[in-house]
Amino acid sequence: MPVSLDNLENAIRTSIPVAHLEIIDTSNGCGENYAIIVVSEAFEGKNTLARHRYINDLLKDEIAQMHAFSQKTFTPKQYDAFLAKQA
Amino acid sequence: MASMLRSAFRSSSALRLQASSVVTMSPTLALARRFISEQTRSAIQKAVDSSPVVVFMKGTPDVPQCGFSRAVIQILDLHNVPPEKLAAFNVLEDSELRNGIKEFSDWPTIPQVYVKGEFVGGCDIVLGMHQSGELETLLQNSDVISKPPTSDADSDASSTSTPASS
Repeated sequence: MPVSLDNLENAIRTSIPVAHLEIIDTSNGCGENYAIIVVSEAFEGKNTLARHRYINDLLKDEIAQMHAFSQKTFTPKQYDAFLAKQA
Repeated sequence: MASMLRSAFRSSSALRLQASSVVTMSPTLALARRFISEQTRSAIQKAVDSSPVVVFMKGTPDVPQCGFSRAVIQILDLHNVPPEKLAAFNVLEDSELRNGIKEFSDWPTIPQVYVKGEFVGGCDIVLGMHQSGELETLLQNSDVISKPPTSDADSDASSTSTPASS
């Protein structure tokens, strides 16, 4: 069963304060491949593994239905630095 | 509404890592997922301990069957991880491993990378650590790859003068 973008967004937004969220459907529409970028102050003081585990757990049911799932997690400060580097 | 938002905010600021979401799965599936057999668990543990670097992947290092698995192997290659220190397990050849490893590591996706028995992460994390330099440090500190000589007159002089017995 395809996973909807709204499901993912809701699950994330109702659980942590989100400064920025990008959900990219990388599946060409079949709803089984997603890449997400989450920027949240809740990640402060947590290493990447802990952040990813948190998101994995949050989206456990959705990820189980997907073929591929990729994530990037930033604190607001890290995201600013990331954007500055990209520019 | 306002109180709902507030409580969501409060619980999140602690970033509780324990599951707060309710799992809605069929009971049998939930049970199957929660308890991999002791036999499977110890087989996976043995695999994890079989080499300094262990990758659970789709396909083999020579013929990866998935872009994420390929990326992880390429990154390890870039760091010159010697073949004798790398063990790769093809989950596509073993459905018990394919399902068991997810629970073993508490990680939902393949590939999965272990260094010295410690779970490092999947493709996103390994790629991120590669870009930040953390992966190199980890591999060096785990004696998977050698540290670059810091300077000529360093403490290494004594150890390099001792020929390695062969």
